[in-house]
Amino acid sequence: MSEKQAQTGGIDVRYVANLARLALTEEEIATFQGQLSQIVEYVQAIDRLDVTGIEPTSHALPRYNVFRADEVRPSLDRDTVLRNAPSSRDGQFIVPKIVE
Amino acid sequence: MKLNLSTLTVSDALAHMASGDFKSIDLVEALGAAIAVRDGELGAYVSVDLAGARAEAEAADRARAAGKAGRLCGIPIAIKDVLNVRGQPCTCASKILDGYVAPYDATAIARLRAEGAVFLGRTNMDEFAMGGSTENSAIKRTRNPRALDRVPGGSSGGSAAAVAGGLALAALGTDTGGSIRQPAAFCGCVGLKPSYGRVSRYGLTAFASSLDQIGPMTRTVRDAALLQEVLSGADPMDATCVETPVPPYAAQLTEDLRGMTLGVPAEYVVEGMDPAVAQAVQHAVERCRDLGARIVEVKLPHTMFAIATYYIIGTAEASANLARFDGVRYGLRATGATDPLDMYKRTRAAGFGPEVKRRIILGTYVLSSGYHDAYYLKAQKVRTLIRRDFEQAFASCDALLTPCTPTPAFRMGEKTQDPLQMYLGDIFTVTANLAGICGLSVPCGVAPGGLPIGLQILGPAMKEENILRVGHAYEVARGDQWLG
Amino acid sequence: MNYRIDIGLEVHVQLKTRSKMFCGCEVRVGAEPNTLVCPVCLGYPGAMPSMNGEAVRLTVRTGLMIGSTIDGFSKFDRKSYFYPDMPKNYQISQYDRPLCDGGAVLIGDGGVAKTVRIRRIHLEEDVAKNTHFAAASGVDFNRAGTPLMEIVTQPDMHSPEEAFAFLLALKQILQYADVSHCNLEEGNIRCDVNCSVRPEGQEALGTKTEHKNLNTFKGVLNALKVESERQIAVLNRGGKILQETRRWDADTGETAAMRSKEDAHDYRYFPEPDLMPVVLAPAEIEAWRAALPEMPAVRRARLVRDYGIPDYDAGVLVADKAVGDYFEAAAKLAPNAKLVSNWMMTEMLRLLGETERDIRTVPITPAALAALVCLTESRTINSNTAKDIFAELFEQGGDPEAIVRQRGLGQVSDASAIGMIVDEAIAENIKVFDDYRNGKVAAAKFIIGQVMKKSKGKADPQLVMKLLDARVAGG
Ligand SMILES: [Mg+2]
Ligand SMILES: [Zn+2]
Repeated sequence: MSEKQAQTGGIDVRYVANLARLALTEEEIATFQGQLSQIVEYVQAIDRLDVTGIEPTSHALPRYNVFRADEVRPSLDRDTVLRNAPSSRDGQFIVPKIVE
Repeated sequence: MKLNLSTLTVSDALAHMASGDFKSIDLVEALGAAIAVRDGELGAYVSVDLAGARAEAEAADRARAAGKAGRLCGIPIAIKDVLNVRGQPCTCASKILDGYVAPYDATAIARLRAEGAVFLGRTNMDEFAMGGSTENSAIKRTRNPRALDRVPGGSSGGSAAAVAGGLALAALGTDTGGSIRQPAAFCGCVGLKPSYGRVSRYGLTAFASSLDQIGPMTRTVRDAALLQEVLSGADPMDATCVETPVPPYAAQLTEDLRGMTLGVPAEYVVEGMDPAVAQAVQHAVERCRDLGARIVEVKLPHTMFAIATYYIIGTAEASANLARFDGVRYGLRATGATDPLDMYKRTRAAGFGPEVKRRIILGTYVLSSGYHDAYYLKAQKVRTLIRRDFEQAFASCDALLTPCTPTPAFRMGEKTQDPLQMYLGDIFTVTANLAGICGLSVPCGVAPGGLPIGLQILGPAMKEENILRVGHAYEVARGDQWLG
Repeated sequence: MNYRIDIGLEVHVQLKTRSKMFCGCEVRVGAEPNTLVCPVCLGYPGAMPSMNGEAVRLTVRTGLMIGSTIDGFSKFDRKSYFYPDMPKNYQISQYDRPLCDGGAVLIGDGGVAKTVRIRRIHLEEDVAKNTHFAAASGVDFNRAGTPLMEIVTQPDMHSPEEAFAFLLALKQILQYADVSHCNLEEGNIRCDVNCSVRPEGQEALGTKTEHKNLNTFKGVLNALKVESERQIAVLNRGGKILQETRRWDADTGETAAMRSKEDAHDYRYFPEPDLMPVVLAPAEIEAWRAALPEMPAVRRARLVRDYGIPDYDAGVLVADKAVGDYFEAAAKLAPNAKLVSNWMMTEMLRLLGETERDIRTVPITPAALAALVCLTESRTINSNTAKDIFAELFEQGGDPEAIVRQRGLGQVSDASAIGMIVDEAIAENIKVFDDYRNGKVAAAKFIIGQVMKKSKGKADPQLVMKLLDARVAGG
């Protein structure tokens, strides 16, 4: 939680965009901050409902134990896979150096 | 009489091809010509693959000649650009999928293919299916074929425009909060959102996984039934898709509604609703009564919370579903990044449009530490209440009749600066996705200026036969009066 | 001041399945990079997971082995985390309803047994493998999506050695449960290690640090030694421990803080909408329980009881499940289980150690070992011959009876024949014989040696001794 969010109970677009790995321009931050504050205020409408004892719905239909047998199926051809890659070398996907 | 091949229904085209009046290749050529003439203006298609369609049409013609015609043999269908088709790009109308070529067929595509369908091209949409006007496409603008200054609706706006504009016999759309039904209503065609779990989502680029469904967009309810028979059914690749047997929808259609009870929800009248919409729906309800249906009033008391619930759950799921677009394995990668984190941020900044960014941020926020319970968890509980509303209504009704949208198609640019106003337009359609039930939009009138109005018919989960029956009987009684 | 160390582990175990957790790609180490991948495990647009039922079974089986509660309802969740090894940038894992709750693992040898409580066991998908080059990193997604079972302990270990003992005990259970290949070199078992220290007598745990992804047990031991000492030193200096992730460098033997993340982790868990919950019927859980193998500690007690072997031997034999299996198979065929145990404890384990072989792949069969024991027990061959034959069988396999027959290695037990050789040996070494007769016990050894030599090793040494004593007595 960002400090700003904690204090205002509202959305801190700059902080959340970073969680979502989105670089925003100052202009975007300003626009989104206005629009999203309005939207967040609107969706707070559900606060008015008492949902004590109500189970959450995470799937639109009840279904259980949908299993697949442990069987090997053909994988994709590597050339096809790497053709989609923005960058690849020696069969690997290449990314900017990972620093830990 | 000279047939206009590009405005035929699927069922008529199948009958004509069966009796040898023309071939699939003729259909493809006619549609290709229509697209060449009209799509520059309409912008329904993102890409047209005439060469591929010709090859498929010829194969279909050979199959038919050999007595091996599938159920959709030789029927040209337009595909929303959110579905994976092997060997084709799948842009989702986003820059972020630049260069991506799908290495596999979505299950829905494979099913159509197996029945001999021909894939004409890919239709425009709101980026990642987020929007109600197709104005959020990063690729092009699509116009409403009934009124060129108006939006076609969205997010399946390209599919609706193609079908209503005579550029495809049928199309596939996807519906997360109304994205099949609303553009169908705006453009004046039929759109079916199947029950959640009726059609496999495997290969559908996910927006909100617990809400998304693929469905047909057609000129008639019978055509929707024909396509739905092919699309429905369990799939080992989609755990949420059920084994419930698929009835012969088309064969079960009737021209009267005797014995059916149809509910009219009191809550589906909202502020700012166009009087022409209310009136057209009222007339449609009367006509259903004339056809023998018993009409009752029902209550769906939690409807007023549906938009809030939908935008919390939908964006939460979307924020995770769209996390995979990062520039590592496919699609766009921004240059100049110093480390992976920097690359993600730049790639996603460059690749996603404003509406997608807004929803990702909202979805990330409602799931984030400190807010998860107040927004996401609470919305899931309200979702339970909305489901129960429908369970109660369907205890005494076979289907419900409602307006599809509060207003007909609005002007291009009218709502682009006000996302909340755009969201509020989904009020009549999002409840079906939250409850997992099925819904059908059928043209039921026109507003001043010739703008189509859609009647929404909602049915219990896995009871597509109910709404198709109501829609067909109504459509036959209605006649062709408003269809161009 | 005296400090108490508190250690908790999160052990990631790759399960032994043919295909991945959520797709049909093969699970195999050593394939060419990115050849065992598909739309699902590459996180392609539109791909959806489908659950490998075998991975669920193996996880529950592990839970049952250690006494977890399997409450019947379990679900999967998305855990958001952007990293190049994570195809979807969320991991399908389990948040609040894991497959297994609670349980315990016994550690400690014979003497003071100790219990490490298990918090939970959940199932998730493994990530891809990164390789670091000079200016970039490479990603191979072959491993991505391998079923990964995460076993989370309570902070019940109070020394690096206890943590090490826990890992050995856990590995033994995993082997007994037959749920993982348990090959550490291939990264089948990887640990996240949490460590904190607190002044003796203090109730609350100290601030903990974490070391991620240690893939050897020795590494865990060493990292914990260094880290606990570091923390104690910091506190002794009056400093504070920072909650952080640190990296263990096995080469330098140091731990160091990793570059701090820009923001705290916010995993944003929510139920995976693409997967349906797992609801296990009590009858099914009971059936799985009934099919469980014996736990190593129980087996050890049983081996003592059923085969009459010493507790120490039993402990050694059950340490590796395959060794225990081999022993039991041979003991059932042999007239004397203790002798089988002796062979296992000495020749077998020695040769396995020297050749670094797995007992499941050696040519000598349990039946052959049993036959060899029969041959010694019946005195058909003597122990030296038996050792030679064992070594040969270990390398090449074969039937010991046939070998003895073909090469005429059978022990000569004919008293008159051996008596002649004994007399010959006495005659040639009369002085030694006299020494023996005069009470120099060691002298007998020399004479017996001579007899063995003359008989080309075929004489039964006990018979030789008897005959020699008869000569002494008889004059
Ligand atoms: Mg984990
Ligand atoms: Zn795979």
